[in-house]
Amino acid sequence: MSALLEVNNLKVRVEDREILHGLTLTVNKGQVHAIMGPNGSGKSTLSHVIAGKPGYEVTDGEILFEGDDLLAMEPDERAAKGVFLAFQYPVEIPGVATMNFLRTALNAQRKARGEAEMSTPDFLKKVREVCTRLNIPQDMLKRGVNVGFSGGEKKRNEVLQMALFEPSLCILDEMDSGLDIDALRIAADGVNALRTPDRGFVVITHYQRLLNYIVPDVVHVMSHGRVVKSGGKELALELEESGYAQFEDKAA
Amino acid sequence: MPAVQETVDRVRQIDVDQYRYGFETLIESEKAPKGLDEDTVRFISAKKDEPAWMLEWRLEAFRRWQTMAEPTWARVDYPKIDYQDLYYYAAPKQTKALASLDEVDPEILRTYEKLGISLREQEILAGVVRPDGEGAPEERRVAVDAVFDSVSVATTFQAELKKAGVIFMPISHAIREHPELVQKYLGSVVPTSDNFFATLNSAVFSDGSFVYVPPGVRCPMELSTYFRINEKNTGQFERTLIIADKGAYVSYLEGCTAPQRDENQLHAAVVELIAHDDAEIKYSTVQNWYPGNSEGQGGIYNFVTKRGDCRGRNSKISWTQVETGSAITWKYPSCILRGDNSRGEFYSIAISNGYQQVDSGTKMIHLGKNTTSRVISKGIAAGKSQNTYRGLISAHRKATGARNFTACDSLLIGDKCGAHTVPYVEAKNSSALFEHEATTSKISEDVLFYCVQRGLSQEEAVGLVVNGFVKDVLQQLPMEFAVEAQKLISISLEGSVG
Repeated sequence: MSALLEVNNLKVRVEDREILHGLTLTVNKGQVHAIMGPNGSGKSTLSHVIAGKPGYEVTDGEILFEGDDLLAMEPDERAAKGVFLAFQYPVEIPGVATMNFLRTALNAQRKARGEAEMSTPDFLKKVREVCTRLNIPQDMLKRGVNVGFSGGEKKRNEVLQMALFEPSLCILDEMDSGLDIDALRIAADGVNALRTPDRGFVVITHYQRLLNYIVPDVVHVMSHGRVVKSGGKELALELEESGYAQFEDKAA
Repeated sequence: MPAVQETVDRVRQIDVDQYRYGFETLIESEKAPKGLDEDTVRFISAKKDEPAWMLEWRLEAFRRWQTMAEPTWARVDYPKIDYQDLYYYAAPKQTKALASLDEVDPEILRTYEKLGISLREQEILAGVVRPDGEGAPEERRVAVDAVFDSVSVATTFQAELKKAGVIFMPISHAIREHPELVQKYLGSVVPTSDNFFATLNSAVFSDGSFVYVPPGVRCPMELSTYFRINEKNTGQFERTLIIADKGAYVSYLEGCTAPQRDENQLHAAVVELIAHDDAEIKYSTVQNWYPGNSEGQGGIYNFVTKRGDCRGRNSKISWTQVETGSAITWKYPSCILRGDNSRGEFYSIAISNGYQQVDSGTKMIHLGKNTTSRVISKGIAAGKSQNTYRGLISAHRKATGARNFTACDSLLIGDKCGAHTVPYVEAKNSSALFEHEATTSKISEDVLFYCVQRGLSQEEAVGLVVNGFVKDVLQQLPMEFAVEAQKLISISLEGSVG
C-alpha cells in the first residue's frame, strides 16, 4: 500500500500557543483513519493545517501528500491536487446559487490541473448522476450555497461536493455534529459509497457513534496535540467504555 | 499571517487602480479660456449657436451660482476646488457640422473602439442575441450618443428612431431643433437654483443627450450615452433631459470613462427625467471614471444631480447604478412621486477601493396618493475607502397610502475602510408605511477559506462572494450591461484581498 498522506513530527502554533507538539500520522490509499480525542486536543487544528487555513504557523515537521510538500502549496492548489475538507460548520454564501458554486469550483480545480473546463451539458449530467446516487433533490442546488439549509442538508451538500470533485483525500471534520441519527446515516452512506482503493479518509469525531456507520481501518487517539494511541476499530469501542481521561493523564 | 493582515498589507502594496481606460487621445481641441465669468458663459452659448433665451437662462444661473456656497454636509473630504483654474469648454477641433459618422475624427472613433463602443451602426447591428430565446432570435440593438469632453460626436440610429417618433439627439441640437420641448422641460425637475453643482451645470453645460418619446410609444431600442473626459483640467458638465410622454416607455444606459491623470478633474452633470401618465423610464448607469492612483492622487470629482419626476398618474421611474470609479462621488438619483399611484425605484451598487470616497443614495419624495418606492442599495468598501449611503424617504401630508421599502447592505473588505448609512425618514401622514432594513458585514475569512478549499483562488472567491452580494441589483440591469458590470466589479476589487 502506498502512502497518501504523511504527517511527520508536525508542530503548529496559533499566536503564541503551540497546539500540535510533534504529530505523526500516515494514511495509505484505500484506508479510513478515525481521529478521536477530547475537545482542545488539536483534531480540528490538524484538519485546518492540512487544508491550509490561514492563521496557523507550522514551526516544525512536514506534511507530504502523494510525496509532495503540501505546506508549500496554496490552499486552492491543495484542493486541485485532491485534498478535500468537509467542514464541521459549512458557511453560507448568500446570492450565489449552489449550482453556480459547484461549477465554478470544479472548473477552477480542472483549470489548475491543466484540464479543459467541463461543458455545461457534461456538468449537468454529472451533477444529476451524483444527486441521484446521494438522494439529493436537485432543487437544493438552485438555492444559495447553504443558505437556509438544515444541518443535515449542509452536511449532504459537503458529501455532494466530495462526490463531484472526486478528491483523493477526504477529511471529515466532526461530520456528526448537529445531525440526528437519520441524517447521520444518510451522510455516512454517501461517504461509504465513495470508499475506493485509491482514496483515503480522515474522519475526525468525538464519538464512536459515527464509526458504526463509517467503519475505520485505524483509530487514533489524540490528546494535547499528539497521537497518544493507535489501534484497530475496536479501540473506538474501548474509548466509549473508558473515556478519554486515561490519556489526559498520560499526556500530562 | 492571518488573512486580514495580509489583506491590509496587500492593499497597501499594490497599485489599487486596475483602471483599464487610462489612455489619452491626442487630438486637437478648441478650448474656452481658463476660468469662469459671464464671458465664459457667453462663449459657450455662442459656440453652440444658441438662441437668446438659452443664453439668458444660463446667465441667470451663473449669477445665482456666484451667490451660492459649495455644500459641505457630505462625508467626503477633498482640497478646495479652484473654479477659476478650470477649462469649462473643450471640443475636438472641427470647422463644420458633421453630416455623417464618416466625418468624425478617426482618432475619436478609435477611442470609442478602445472603450468597446462601436459607433458604427453596422457593427451594432451585428449585436447581441436576446438571451431569453423568445421565438426567433432577435437582434438587440442599442442607439448610442457619444460625448467626448464637452461635445457630442455622434448619435447612431437617428433615422430609425425618427420613424418611431422618438427624438434622441445631443441636447445642443435639441435646443435649436425642438426649442418648445426644451423650454418646457429644461430645469423643470432640477431648477437652476437647486444646488451649487446643479446651478454651475446650468450656467456652463456644454452637451448631453436629449430624449423625447411621444405618447404611447415604446422606444424600439435601448438608448445609450457614453461620456468621456479627455482634455486636461477640463470640467465636464453634461445635461441630460429625458421625457416619456403619456404611456411611453424608454430604457436609457449611461457609461463613463476618463484617462488617468495626476490632477483631479471635475464632473458635475445634471440629469432630469419626466414621466407623464402611465409612462415608464428606466435609467441605468455604469460609472467607471478614473478613481485616482494607489496614493489617492488624481481621479474624478463626481458631483451629480439626478432627479426624476413621476409627473403623471401610474408613472414609473427606475434608477439602477453601478458606481465603481471616481475619487469622490456625490450623487443621489431621486424620484418625485407626484402622480397618484406612481412608483420610484433605486437599485445601487457602489464599490470603493483605494482612497475613493463615495457618498451616494437616493431621495424618494412621496407627494401623490398611493405612491410606492423601493430602494435596494449595496455598498462595498475595500482598501482605505469610505462608503456612505445617504437616503431620504418622505411622505407629504396628502400622500396617503405612501409605501416604501428600503434595504441597505454594506460589505467591508479589510479593516481600513468604512461603511456608513445615513437614512432620513419623514412621514407627515399617518397612513404612510416605511420599512428600512440595514446590514453591515465583512467578507469573513471563513467564507473565503471555504471557497479556496474548493479550489477557487482568493480573488475568484472575493469576486464570487461580492457578485452574490449584489445579485439583486445586477438583475435590474439590461442584459448586456449586467455582464459588463459583473466584470467591472471583479476588476474594481482586484488586489483588495491577499
